[in-house]
Amino acid sequence: MMRLLRIVMLALLACAGMVHAQAIEPMPFANHAQELRFQHLTQQLRCPMCQNETLADSNAPIARDLRNQILKLMQQGRSDDEIRQYLVARYSDYILYDPPLKAGTVLLWFGPLLILLGGGGVVLAALRKRKRDGGETTTVGELADNGEDW
Amino acid sequence: MTPELGQLALILALLLALAQGILPLIGAWRGNRALMAVARPAATGQAVFVAFAFGILVWAFLHFDFSVQYVADNSNLELPWYYRIAAVWGAHEGSLLLWILILNVWTVALAAFSQKLPEVFASRVLAVMGLIAVGFLAFIIFTSNPFGRLLPMPGDGADLNPVLQDPGMTFHPPVLYTGYVGFSVAFAFAIAGLLGGELEQAWVRWARPWTNVAWAFLTLGIVAGSWWAYAELGWGGWWFWDPVENASFMPWLVGLGLIHAQAITEKRGSLRAWTILLSIFAFSLSLLGTFLVRSGVLTSVHAFASDPRRGVFILAFLTIVVGGSLLLYALRAPRVAGGKAFQLLSRETVLLIGNLMFAVAAAMVLLGTLFPLVGDALNLGRISVGPPYFGFLFPLLMLPVVLLLPFGPFLRWGKGDSPMLKQVLLRAGIAAVACAIVAAFFVDGKLKAIAGVASLVWLTVGVLLYAIKRWREVPRGRRYPAEMAGMLLAHLGVGVFIAGVLLSESLSVTSDVRMAPGQTQHIGSYDFRFDGAHRTTGPNWKADQGVVTVTRDGKPVAVMHPQKRTYLRGQVQTESAVDAGIFRDLYVALGEPMDAGNIEGAWSLRLYTKPFVRWIWGGGILMMLGGFTCAADKRFRLKRTAAVREDLVLLETRA
Amino acid sequence: MNRLLPFIGFMLLVALFGFGIWWNTRHDPNAIPTPLLDKPAPAFSLPKLYEPAQTVSKADLLGQPYLLNVFASWCIECGVEHPVLEAAAPTLGVKLVGYNYKDAPADAKGWLAAHGNPYALLIADESGQTALDFGVYGAPESFLIDAKGVVRYKHIGPITPDVLATKLRPAIAAMLKEAP
Repeated sequence: MMRLLRIVMLALLACAGMVHAQAIEPMPFANHAQELRFQHLTQQLRCPMCQNETLADSNAPIARDLRNQILKLMQQGRSDDEIRQYLVARYSDYILYDPPLKAGTVLLWFGPLLILLGGGGVVLAALRKRKRDGGETTTVGELADNGEDW
Repeated sequence: MTPELGQLALILALLLALAQGILPLIGAWRGNRALMAVARPAATGQAVFVAFAFGILVWAFLHFDFSVQYVADNSNLELPWYYRIAAVWGAHEGSLLLWILILNVWTVALAAFSQKLPEVFASRVLAVMGLIAVGFLAFIIFTSNPFGRLLPMPGDGADLNPVLQDPGMTFHPPVLYTGYVGFSVAFAFAIAGLLGGELEQAWVRWARPWTNVAWAFLTLGIVAGSWWAYAELGWGGWWFWDPVENASFMPWLVGLGLIHAQAITEKRGSLRAWTILLSIFAFSLSLLGTFLVRSGVLTSVHAFASDPRRGVFILAFLTIVVGGSLLLYALRAPRVAGGKAFQLLSRETVLLIGNLMFAVAAAMVLLGTLFPLVGDALNLGRISVGPPYFGFLFPLLMLPVVLLLPFGPFLRWGKGDSPMLKQVLLRAGIAAVACAIVAAFFVDGKLKAIAGVASLVWLTVGVLLYAIKRWREVPRGRRYPAEMAGMLLAHLGVGVFIAGVLLSESLSVTSDVRMAPGQTQHIGSYDFRFDGAHRTTGPNWKADQGVVTVTRDGKPVAVMHPQKRTYLRGQVQTESAVDAGIFRDLYVALGEPMDAGNIEGAWSLRLYTKPFVRWIWGGGILMMLGGFTCAADKRFRLKRTAAVREDLVLLETRA
Repeated sequence: MNRLLPFIGFMLLVALFGFGIWWNTRHDPNAIPTPLLDKPAPAFSLPKLYEPAQTVSKADLLGQPYLLNVFASWCIECGVEHPVLEAAAPTLGVKLVGYNYKDAPADAKGWLAAHGNPYALLIADESGQTALDFGVYGAPESFLIDAKGVVRYKHIGPITPDVLATKLRPAIAAMLKEAP
């Protein structure tokens, strides 16, 4: 366990040390549109080694290799989806910062909507109840009346 | 000054915190004034000892006491004195000490300014603060002692992570913690209210300024962290939806809902249970943030070294504090809807909708942040949730808020005012659409940028319309009470912020290029000319410094000096050069020399133009100023002894 | 009941966190599970380290299970793992194949000379291109591949005596039992 910890620490140190060295690599893009597409794509991918960084920013050797590979695939005419599939087949869904919509992630993608609907229901119920009860407790201190808004 | 004294001070502080936490609660329960009176002196004593312990740690750093393990791990002989002070909170143990110090600052302030509050209530509030302190002091003493010795003492220490050797990083943790920890006050008020059964909204009025100030500090802390990340990390980004960033954003969102809910409860007496619940949630999320950073449960750039023992301790603490308070809520929260009723079209309703959206947004961030953990638990495989998720859902959830924002001030409590609303809709709406159309020509039809302009105009016109209304209708001297001025500032800040985000995201241009000295690259509407690099040195680093001259249409704009620093311990760091401007930032980072041995030759560089990026932090600062302004309102000060006497009488007859 | 919902929700969260802490003690939080598990290993064709004129392909290795160990001379943890592999190689039950990853051949040979060579076969992937197909992202990593060329187990990080005893040997035993 301690050894594992030490090894993990070493790996983290390597990644930490490299963060600041920047992954600045001029690449032979055909045109600006391709460069933009590349930037957009790599910013949505996680570096498998320095896992706190995107593939676009990481200076880890595997990140460099993957960036070169992605450019190669782009030059071969593969679409963004095909490139993502290529990476997922090798590095699992973990490499995608955009979680794919599948059975396992339904809760993730629709959860907020469910919470919104649930919360909205509670709010509506409370509003209706308020209209019904219209209760007033004796209150202390100043109250804003309809005449004075602040 | 021996570190053992610091340890002793912490133990004494813990004992005092126990006294502060337990005795006044018993006193409040039994009506025993002597026990209740323990609260303030105990709080003061605890603060003195914690400050002393903190001072000893600072002293150890300033005097290079490498016999203290923590000092040896986080500083060395070449580290400048100002970063040695920052190193105090640069790692886990010290940052916890900072946490408890700030808790004590808030507690002492509370003790000082609560003299006019009813004694029973005040002693309960201080007791709750004491109990929180007990938890943190115990955590520090038993699992995270910053005063542990390292013997034999090394001649020199390790280095403070170079990423932390920056003024932004020095500033960010203390300010952020001030915000985080400040929510403990609203929490303590809510718990005291639940314990005592004081269901009146009087205590909400006392809680409001504290909550607003805490929220304002948290806003500033988040802005500082974001600005620092942009300036230091060199990737031109300012927010990554990293788990620890989210851990600060969730309390911010809930705190935002809270300050609005408190306004309703204070003025109209309604939504008491919701306000209490939010007070509990806001602080709970602060504690949760502390847990997430230190337990290693999530992959994050911010995480301190993780240790399951520490994780278990914080989790236990979290369970007791939050679980306990939620149980108390279930038992004692007001059941009957009280306060003044309101119609569907009223200020309460839009504030309630806003609250709903903030709460759902916070829940969404929590869901996304924790989902990888859920994935592991349910064996769904390892899943990443990142900016594509959060950055998509958050704007979507905030859209209703942005649309409703201009109407809030115009609506009245209880029931709305229709003719005014139509006017606001028309004026702000037409202005927004008109500006959007004009903007479309300047931004090549980019939708995000157009949306940014439209939002800015919509919100700004809404604010201006209300400000003008007040100017016309109310005599001088009473036009803009601090609370309202704060609101206008903060809402203006929202518009500026949104514009900054959308415009910078859609209009930024970046490129990695290879440049030889003398070559020029055209990025955005600027020309960057690389003038070569040379060696330079600093207090504890050596660097290759490049010179880049920027011009626009031939006119000089800036000369920038990006650096690639090598610190004494070998860590390499890129210091990007940023030329800041109100309407755009220029950004240059050095990559590698094309020929490794020859730094005077060609280099790879990353060049950016980032229009309107400063508006992101500008908007945040406006929101912060709004929070502080609001808290300064005369209404919240307890000088109105008549009102307080009245409160006292009523509360005592109920007790 | 309404009022208890926040409490219940929170306790569920606590359970999740408790799980998280426990899970962390058993798993390397940075290890990415391989999508290749129980799937055919990628086809490859790489030169031998010591006889670069000769290539070894996946087809050549079919018919016998083997442990493919990704290592490099620049990899610190490989140095930690190496003695364990050397000691275990004779009794492993499967062939030990060394996969030299992103290394200059001279450096690799020098490192092996210094640390010892337990490998029955050594192939070299100097560019790291083939390793991408294996989903390799660092060293050391080890793949247990059966006689049919299917990946049965992957370990990320060094093979320690503990890993060897609790994870690797059982995996090898299970694989051999099915199809000797």
